[in-house]
Amino acid sequence: MKKLSKNAKSNAVTYAIVIVFYIVMQILSGSGTLSSSLTGQLIPICVYICMAVSLNLTVGILGELSLGHAGFMSVGAFTGVIVAMSLQASVASGPIRLVLAMVVGAVMAAIVGVLVGVPVLRLRGDYLAIVTLAFGEIIKNILNNLYVAYDAEGLHIRLLTAISKSELAEGGFMIINGPQGATGITKLSTFTAGFLLMLFTLFVVLNLIQSRSGRAIMSIRDNRIAAESVGINVTKYKLMAFVVSAALAGMAGALYAMNFTGVAAKKFDFNTSILVLVFVVLGGMGNIRGSIIAAAILYVLPELLRAVNDYRMLFYAIVLIVVMLVTNNPTLKNGVNAVWTALKGVFVKTVPVPEEGGESDE
Amino acid sequence: MSNSKLAQVPSNALIPERDLDKTPVLETHHLGINFGGLKAVDDFNLTVGRTEIAGLIGPNGAGKTTIFNLLTKVYQPTTGTILLDGKDTAGMSTVQVNKAGIARTFQNIRLFSALSVEDNVKIGLHNEIHCGMWSDIFRLPRHWRSEKIAHERALELLSIFHMEDMANAQAGSLPYGAQRRLEIVRALATNPSILLLDEPAAGMNPSETSELMDNIRKIRDTFQIAVLLIEHDMNLVMGICEGICVVNFGRIIAKGDPDEIKNNPDVIEAYLGKKGAK
Repeated sequence: MKKLSKNAKSNAVTYAIVIVFYIVMQILSGSGTLSSSLTGQLIPICVYICMAVSLNLTVGILGELSLGHAGFMSVGAFTGVIVAMSLQASVASGPIRLVLAMVVGAVMAAIVGVLVGVPVLRLRGDYLAIVTLAFGEIIKNILNNLYVAYDAEGLHIRLLTAISKSELAEGGFMIINGPQGATGITKLSTFTAGFLLMLFTLFVVLNLIQSRSGRAIMSIRDNRIAAESVGINVTKYKLMAFVVSAALAGMAGALYAMNFTGVAAKKFDFNTSILVLVFVVLGGMGNIRGSIIAAAILYVLPELLRAVNDYRMLFYAIVLIVVMLVTNNPTLKNGVNAVWTALKGVFVKTVPVPEEGGESDE
Repeated sequence: MSNSKLAQVPSNALIPERDLDKTPVLETHHLGINFGGLKAVDDFNLTVGRTEIAGLIGPNGAGKTTIFNLLTKVYQPTTGTILLDGKDTAGMSTVQVNKAGIARTFQNIRLFSALSVEDNVKIGLHNEIHCGMWSDIFRLPRHWRSEKIAHERALELLSIFHMEDMANAQAGSLPYGAQRRLEIVRALATNPSILLLDEPAAGMNPSETSELMDNIRKIRDTFQIAVLLIEHDMNLVMGICEGICVVNFGRIIAKGDPDEIKNNPDVIEAYLGKKGAK
């Protein structure tokens, strides 16, 4: 039973971090102490936290490298925009439209995830990295040449050739206009929606990891041959992790797009995928809480460094290198652990805890 | 030999008497595999009775582990057939063969070392206790029910080797002997009808080995399954195996009960060279 309570405790801390973050930010922005640029970053922070947590499912938990996470984000983003804008007339409530947009965005990203994953995840080796890298570029180029409009007759979807206003019926409007991307989006995203999405993403990922399916996924990462020898269907569980990860990225993408009046495909390029991967790697592979913290800090860091505007990317790079060194340095790590244990000792001194045996009585 | 490959010859079985009237749990006929031009295993015929403890021995590089890999379909055999409970396993994958009833351990331990001991056993129980992805994610009643059963079953299986206390330890941090035992427990969790053990006593001291011998017997008696083991420790092999098969250079050189094997000149020659046989 201790195992269960240990997981539950660790989950509670993770959820608490997100909840505290939300409350603090609400208070700060309410009282006006938060700079307007930082207030504008709140929703993207939530989105990137969700991106990092979901990518961690593929990279840290499944152990497959994915370099096209932004591709799934863009699928969710553009699908979400199409859904939200075409439902503008029929569904009056903003939040409901946002939820619908996110759900459809997730489903679409999941479908694309299946299409990418089915051929690749059957193979052994690092093919996923190469294919997702290509996928990210391909999807960006497809979206760059996608034209979608909406009028009384319904949706008009066309590739390569632009749709002119005159072709549309009365009251029709463009949703996606090729390289310009989606324009004229009604801003539906709120910080609260971002917060709820973070909780949902955590709920899905943590529950999945700490279950029969999650154990199967981790067994593939730890030892594929042994996993097969005990009857784990490797392709199925690889696909499960990859598709859930893609769907969550799609949701985050929909929320992200609905935060702006316009969003273009070039926003979701290779750099964005790598940015999210950096959050995951520096937060710790397979460490969900680490992903949250790394995404939050590293996403706002360039913003905070605005004071030294000319050198901020330089500082950013230095911070990344330092974090990388520190997290991989055994001496420093042991030092931090020693301090942590000492601190723990101070606080729980009142209860005498014998080394191992006592703990299991919990 | 090679021209008789298609004939279903009896594999001069060594089934213990109590199993004689039942279908053998495992039968191989003319099993072989070529790596390039090398016949790593050739014309391998073996029958294992339903509750037999059988041994597979031979000098280093004789092809013993390759035979295990053929039986578990890590390699697909080039020639021959493998019958499990009388059913042909041709075309099956490792996963399907495991579901059909073969479980194994590995010579170089392959645990899920980052996970806890209990989780390792629970992964072994994967196909025994079902629960879908949606009930897992949304924590439906089915999830809690199956987790509870899995937890109890895992502890029960661990108790065979008195490892319940280690359930929360990280598998990779266990001492060597305990890791070997955990691998056996994980294999047992898949509810096999035959258990393949690849050098279960490697790295164990004599008292651990004799305890292992008792435990292998205990496993056979409680689960009523067959055990086929590769081992270099002759005390263990001669002590618990009812039938022994000796291979050298990928071919069977002798079969028999422990006494026959001990005195077989071919076996002595394979292990000690020509002079030793004289």
